[in-house]
Amino acid sequence: MDIISILIAWGPYLLGGIAVTLGLVLSALAIGFVLGLPIALIQVYGNRILRAPAAVYVWFFRGLPILVLLFLFYFGIFPALGLDFPAFVVGAVVLGLRGAAYQSQIFRGAIQSIAEGQMTAALSLGMTRWMAIKTIILPQALRISLPGWSNEYPEILTDSAVCYAIGVMELLTRTSQIVSQTYVTLPVYMACAGIFILLNYAGMQVILKAEEKFAIPGFGVQSG
Amino acid sequence: MSDYILRVVDLHKNFGEREILHGISFKVKKGETIVFIGPSGTGKSTLLRCINQLTVPDKGHVYIDDDEITGCGHRISEYRQRIGMVFQNFNLFDHLTAVQNVEIAPIRVRKMDKKLAREKAMEELRRVGMEDWADHYPAELSGGQAQRVSIARSLAMDPEVILFDEPTSALDPELTREVLEVMKDLSKSGMTMLVVTHEMGFARSVATEVVFMEGGQIVEQGPPSEIMQNPKHPRTREFIGKISEH
Repeated sequence: MDIISILIAWGPYLLGGIAVTLGLVLSALAIGFVLGLPIALIQVYGNRILRAPAAVYVWFFRGLPILVLLFLFYFGIFPALGLDFPAFVVGAVVLGLRGAAYQSQIFRGAIQSIAEGQMTAALSLGMTRWMAIKTIILPQALRISLPGWSNEYPEILTDSAVCYAIGVMELLTRTSQIVSQTYVTLPVYMACAGIFILLNYAGMQVILKAEEKFAIPGFGVQSG
Repeated sequence: MSDYILRVVDLHKNFGEREILHGISFKVKKGETIVFIGPSGTGKSTLLRCINQLTVPDKGHVYIDDDEITGCGHRISEYRQRIGMVFQNFNLFDHLTAVQNVEIAPIRVRKMDKKLAREKAMEELRRVGMEDWADHYPAELSGGQAQRVSIARSLAMDPEVILFDEPTSALDPELTREVLEVMKDLSKSGMTMLVVTHEMGFARSVATEVVFMEGGQIVEQGPPSEIMQNPKHPRTREFIGKISEH
């Protein structure tokens, strides 16, 4: 089989992997955000009792190789809890839990970079602490975190390929299947690599647009 | 109702071993402008922060009308709505435009209708001469303009008292003048004000009473003419002498 006919025959199957890979990445980013932001808030504003588990969480998920985490949850923790999740769900959850540890540190740094006077002024106007966090601190902190946060997308996108190891039908898994069916290697892996690079580029464009949209004169990092 | 809008009784505050406030007491009537002067590090700013409990005093009492602010627990945010504060570094909310800075507390804290809050915010900006800058962000304003917006932000909550914590210390003389003008007008309009400042001209022309503080204590207090021209206490005399050399 020549390359053209292979790509025509298997192209749709490979492209179908884009949906799975993007599904993994977007779910992981969402899980990472939903868990990472509260962890950051706990680390900055929480009492000692809450801060300790948050620190352990971050230490644990940043301390283990992604493949170890994946096997630990897929073959170990989830089965032990009697949870029979499909591989895709385990992949998204593990990438998300790990992403939360990294995202929490991006948000924590951003929150801590905001001048003390912002909170003081908010309190002096009669805001409660929580109201001040919601209306004054977070809108600023999230803007400041955008550039740092934009690293999360390419990182999780590239990491998502390890889900191959537990058989999630994402891009690399499908690529390997095509290779083993056709015995054509370089062009097929090139196609896979090309798709990853395009996904990376497209995602970064979206993030840059968001940075522009939320930019405020004289505030935070200016894009462009 | 008490004759006094604000009463401070025997306030003490230590930071570690250092005693910052050592038994401060005074009373303020509605419409008075009290100016606090004294060397740096004598607890004037801490005193203001202890009044609205941004710093919690170790001992003593603060009353607004007949309500005790000290030890009031979570009700503190209600009392803070009645006590405005203007900071040395303005502390405008950097992600909001001037008018948004002014309207945010009425909207979020008072749950005021957004349209009414906007009208009120514009009115307060007009009062400080900043209505043309409503849509500018803090980073686009000069220090004097930023401070006037922060005064407007404070006014938008209709406070009974406003605390000014060295409002012009970060400004050059020209910008200082524009902020002091706004404060003079406020004082004339009957606002009750507590002002920590080194601006002796302001103290002389606006203050109902000048309080000289040193070492966490009130050394001497009285009408500006008395404190500034004829101070009784040698420490006050020395300080006034030093400062008027400039």
